Amino acid sequence: MTTFLQLLFNGIALGCVYALIALGFTAIHRATNVINFAQGAFLLLGSYLVSTATVDRGLPFAVAVLFGLVAMVVIGIVFQVLVLRRVQGQPVFTVVMITIGLNIILVAVVSALFGSNERGNGVGDPWGNTGVHVGGVVLLWVKTWTIVATAAILAGFFAFDRFSRYGLATRATAIDEEAALAAGIPVRRVNAIAWGLAGALATVAGIFLSGAPNVLDPSIGDIALLAFPAVIIGGLDSPIGAVAGGLVIGLVYEFFDGYSGSLPWLGHNFYSIAPYVVMIMVLLVKPYGLFGRRPVERV
Amino acid sequence: MTDQPILEAIDLTLCFGAVTAFENITLSVGEGEFVAVIGPNGAGKTSLFNVLSCIYRPTRGRIMLAGRDLEGMQVKDLAGAGVARTLQNLGLFRNLSVLDNVLVGRHHLMRSGSLRGGVWFGFARAEERTHRLAAMEALAFCGIEGFAAAPVATLPYGIQKKVELARALAMEPSLLLLDEPVAGMSVSERSEITALVRRLHRERRMAIVLVEHDMGMVMQVAERVVVLDFGRLIADGTPAAVQRDERVIRAYLGEPLEVGG
Repeated sequence: MTTFLQLLFNGIALGCVYALIALGFTAIHRATNVINFAQGAFLLLGSYLVSTATVDRGLPFAVAVLFGLVAMVVIGIVFQVLVLRRVQGQPVFTVVMITIGLNIILVAVVSALFGSNERGNGVGDPWGNTGVHVGGVVLLWVKTWTIVATAAILAGFFAFDRFSRYGLATRATAIDEEAALAAGIPVRRVNAIAWGLAGALATVAGIFLSGAPNVLDPSIGDIALLAFPAVIIGGLDSPIGAVAGGLVIGLVYEFFDGYSGSLPWLGHNFYSIAPYVVMIMVLLVKPYGLFGRRPVERV
Repeated sequence: MTDQPILEAIDLTLCFGAVTAFENITLSVGEGEFVAVIGPNGAGKTSLFNVLSCIYRPTRGRIMLAGRDLEGMQVKDLAGAGVARTLQNLGLFRNLSVLDNVLVGRHHLMRSGSLRGGVWFGFARAEERTHRLAAMEALAFCGIEGFAAAPVATLPYGIQKKVELARALAMEPSLLLLDEPVAGMSVSERSEITALVRRLHRERRMAIVLVEHDMGMVMQVAERVVVLDFGRLIADGTPAAVQRDERVIRAYLGEPLEVGG
């Protein structure tokens, strides 16, 4: 039972990180129909910015986080304004290829600027390796913070989506840009907001990822790939789906890892492919994801 | 202000390369006036509509909106300038509910910016409630408040057109541009939309420019009719006068062959 609760807690914390990454994918896809393959690089760059600000420059952790967030929002918006606006109206595939290019460039830039060695001190170790013991379960501070912060961010995101005029404008833009323009929606601004949001979400995810365990190296961006099944499971256009998908992946990952001793016939590293197996099974039953909407067709 | 036209097109010409869609069109629409633009296929009606709604830039000429030059204005700014339009093919958001479709049209009337709306939800929330009421009122005016929660794609075409008109109404425009609103409709849908358009004009005092193929509708609703033929303006007058006009009859029915001559 203790093992179960421990894995549950760890799984939720990990799932929260995936949920944040997945939400970044969803934010952009909803507004622009583009899958942003540079989301992992955003995460990488965001966490490196926070790390250098606090470890190398000695800024307080909170200030470093704020700096990282602002920088990544600006980078997201600038990229949208300077590059993507020029290819507006091109096939989605073109834009997707550009995001793949951006990913490669950003990863190289991070290695060039900060070196490709592991940064042992991560984001400055603000939480230490400490936590609270409840029963036999260890609640590490970094994981507790991950869960609390993610919950707050999600609440903010959903309130923005529901009550701000840009929430509805985003949904409308995703369906039909032309018609959105006709209805007086500033489509470009909607797209820029989505990219800024994705930059901020990636940074937060990166901070928590490099907090537990407390190391940071250039491969951290690859973890965004694991958020991919989360997005697909949830449905590309559904923020709720992104969160649910993230939690599912986090739990699946931790449980298969934790119980791998009791399931020897699955092999040792089954947990690393389990998310993809789950993704395929979900897609067989619900082709548009758990919360994705099947496009309505009138016949 | 009262005698200033809401829309003034001065000497408009539109060319696509060597092809002239229309030329030297001068047209003015008074405040609260209902003007229809008609003409045979290929006369340049839809091109003119697209120029008036900032989709195409005119090759020559100017468009004034309540005394303000439209030069340099973008499609998205039109709503803020008091112009609403409906498209020939529906400009609706298929997966959104009817109410959300109408609410989208009020974006330009809302104040909460991305920052304020993000930081202070109380404000955005109160504002959202006000606009929701206004959207419901527009739906009620169009007689479709019962469909508010339905996804728009599941509704019949005639109702969808009413949703588009409700959105145009909710945008609180002073000028409404309608591109063939009854194209492809059944007789009963046609008469319902015609009645609704007429009520929009009479009860909400909107100036309307209607581009339409359906003569029955035009003659019932328009106060003034402008006729295009081969990209030229050939008549401008009351429906009755235009119907009697020699050139209009010729444009629509073709010229009798001169035998012998």
